[in-house]
Amino acid sequence: MTAVPIVSAPVVYKPADYRSDLKPIWCPGCGDFGVLAAIQQALAAVQVNPKDLAVVSGIGCSSRLPGFLQVYGLHTVHGRSLPAAIGLKIARPDLTVLAVGGDGDFFSIGLGHLPHAARRDLDITVIVMDNAIYGLTKGQTSPTSPRGHVTKSTPYGQSAQPLHPLAIVLASGASFVARGFSSQPKQLAELIKAGIEHRGFAFIHVLSPCVTFYDTYKLYKELVYDLPPTHDPSNLDAAMHYAVESERLPLGIFYRRPPLEPLPRPTPQPFDTQAYLNRFRA
Amino acid sequence: MIRKEDVVIRVAGESGDGSSATGEMLAQAAARSGLHVFTFRTTPAEIKGGPVMFQVRASNSPVRSMGDAVDVLFAFNREAWDLHYADLAPNAVLLYDPEEFALPTSFTGVAYPVPIGKIAQEAGNRRGKNVVALGVVAALFGLGLNKLEEIVRAKLGKKTELLDSNLAALRAGIAYAQQLDKRDPFWMEATGEHERYVMTGNQAIIAGALHAGVEFFAGYPITPASDIMEGMAVMLPQIGGGYLQAEDEMAAIMACIGASYGGKRAMTATSGPGLSLMSEAIGYASMTEIPVVIVDAQRGGPSTGLPTKMEQSDLHLALYGSHGDSPRIVLAPASVAECFHLTVWAFNLAEQYQTPVIVLSDYSLSFRTETVEPFDLSRYPRIDRLRPAGPLAPKQYRRYELTANLISPMVAPGVAYAQYTATGLEHNEAGSPDYTPHNHARMTEKRWGKLAPLQHSHAYVRRFGAERAKVGIICWGTTAGPCRGAVYLAGQEDLPVAMLQVQMLSPLPVDAINEFLNQVDIVLVPEVNFQGQFARLLQAELGIKVHSLTKYTGLPFSRLEILRQIHALYGMAEPVVV
Repeated sequence: MTAVPIVSAPVVYKPADYRSDLKPIWCPGCGDFGVLAAIQQALAAVQVNPKDLAVVSGIGCSSRLPGFLQVYGLHTVHGRSLPAAIGLKIARPDLTVLAVGGDGDFFSIGLGHLPHAARRDLDITVIVMDNAIYGLTKGQTSPTSPRGHVTKSTPYGQSAQPLHPLAIVLASGASFVARGFSSQPKQLAELIKAGIEHRGFAFIHVLSPCVTFYDTYKLYKELVYDLPPTHDPSNLDAAMHYAVESERLPLGIFYRRPPLEPLPRPTPQPFDTQAYLNRFRA
Repeated sequence: MIRKEDVVIRVAGESGDGSSATGEMLAQAAARSGLHVFTFRTTPAEIKGGPVMFQVRASNSPVRSMGDAVDVLFAFNREAWDLHYADLAPNAVLLYDPEEFALPTSFTGVAYPVPIGKIAQEAGNRRGKNVVALGVVAALFGLGLNKLEEIVRAKLGKKTELLDSNLAALRAGIAYAQQLDKRDPFWMEATGEHERYVMTGNQAIIAGALHAGVEFFAGYPITPASDIMEGMAVMLPQIGGGYLQAEDEMAAIMACIGASYGGKRAMTATSGPGLSLMSEAIGYASMTEIPVVIVDAQRGGPSTGLPTKMEQSDLHLALYGSHGDSPRIVLAPASVAECFHLTVWAFNLAEQYQTPVIVLSDYSLSFRTETVEPFDLSRYPRIDRLRPAGPLAPKQYRRYELTANLISPMVAPGVAYAQYTATGLEHNEAGSPDYTPHNHARMTEKRWGKLAPLQHSHAYVRRFGAERAKVGIICWGTTAGPCRGAVYLAGQEDLPVAMLQVQMLSPLPVDAINEFLNQVDIVLVPEVNFQGQFARLLQAELGIKVHSLTKYTGLPFSRLEILRQIHALYGMAEPVVV
């Protein structure tokens, strides 16, 4: 289980202690800078030792993030961060595990893994930096681009509708679902902190604009609003209602319930090869 | 009549009528009475219906192949006869149910009518046909008769009522056989009990992995590898390991890579379609130098192909699958015992060389049972991945340090001051992305160069047959079994044949192969695929010309098929079946 001294621990790690020497390769003004800063803030808030922290990613601009942190990083192949994170978490439950990446990674090539990761409800925090465009490959449409979106790969407009990522994870059994905005780093850091502290599968959808290929800063600033204080995060129906809202973009914790209790398992014993082989005696 | 102490018995019927359960119990009874057994089976790819057969070869001497022809056919129905009569040896024995079909006039051997349905019914167990058959065969040919009851008890004895009716059927079958006028030469005299195991290839792979200290398994169901996953599902929680049935094969191998990055010995098992899906991740593990063991139980391909037949056609995929120059180690067991042996070494090699290791089994090996001599467990050291020598100072650790043998220290998360990111991007010694020409060249050389010493190893070849010969066989995987049989038969004719079984297909042990090439004039390479994938590999790597002998029917070679080719290479007439 994640070791998270929350209140009483003295502050040892400052946000800067989680940064590596590598300079981010992102374009100036990229939303991912705000996400990186918010992650550092959240890590310092929970005071996790960097040596006990693993950050797993796939491929894309945002998936370069682990290298910019002074943590154990696993920069995997396109779309496969979640299974790698799950394998690592099962093998090393003592580690704090984050999975990070973009909308291409989590909602297109790797979408097949998302519902399964959610229903397993392992203690993993997922941070999706969604810019609704393929940035690293220089400007193709993504699964969260709006209908009619004109890009290099959809010169006559994207004919498909965008998917609702929060609805997908809610329907799959995620126990913590939230949305933040890279331009509101304080709120985002709070959401990430809450996600890390949550002992089940925490999914944080982050609106993180691409300044180069699809600049949505102005649009998002008009569309975002905080979930009303009356919203009850334990109410799945209400969470689902907000999750499919597309006229405006609510921010905050959509849904939170206690994580699944583990099922009983045999008490581990040392393995004895000879005793095992004796089962096969002729 | 000269007694024959090596018999191939095939029990054939309809899926669901118990012919495969009969075969399993027969094999176990024979093994328990001290005989060597080697089984072979085919099943339909569908869950219910369709013809099935189970074959047991039993002998007083060790057996290494399924045999050349069927000595005894037990045909439960007419279709079983139609499907299998072509495989009968001259002077074969036929057991058939006269209520199902009349004795075919074309059959000239010894025939015993066995009304199994009627006998079962009279014993008060209408559904006990398979147990009746078991009793008949064991009593008629001397296959562990006195061990049968305990085996039936163990296999079918969960409910007393069921057990009683099955024992009644068994005894009725034995009684029926004992009143028959025995007119065939097959009689196995048990040599007494020995400490041996009766295992399938998949069971030996599980045992090998457990002995090697597997700590994590992730897989996705696929024939014929699923029971490796199921075995791990039972065992890993008992020993404190991690287990995952993943949503697909890409997830399965990525979970293994995640676990191995976390410092645990990790493994997955699949078949050809799954290995195809894993190919990208294999390149990632190769690039990031993360140990992982992948079992590929090959079946007939391409595509869905023949899910319940064997083929050795994934060699190219195992050797080359994944983009870029992505080194890996490929091992291939030939027998159940080698499944254990090479699975243990697969883990050790993966850890020692920090690279993916693929173990190429196949359908025939996955499910066949063999008697196996006890393993000398002291022969298997545990080799772990290299770790930093002591505590690390800040900025000291370099994950991909260019050491003398090109193997770098690998930490697991939790070690202070050693944080690094394992990236599939080309990286420098510190692990940071670095695409400069010089760096890509030297890191490519590192990843390949660390495996180069294995080319000089003699630990992954097995040498059989004559020391020098005109004809030498080089083979891999389960084809080594019938090759050894052919070498033995050739020896009976005073025909010298040399044989080299190659257990490591990547890196190829070129020293050992070159030594062998100096001892033979003509190289014969039998394998079960159309392209002659191994023959091509040998020709490309060693610059030699070989005689490729391919078979692509979904079935393994028999000894005779290989002996026939040996005769041809010696300019001799076709071998005569005895």
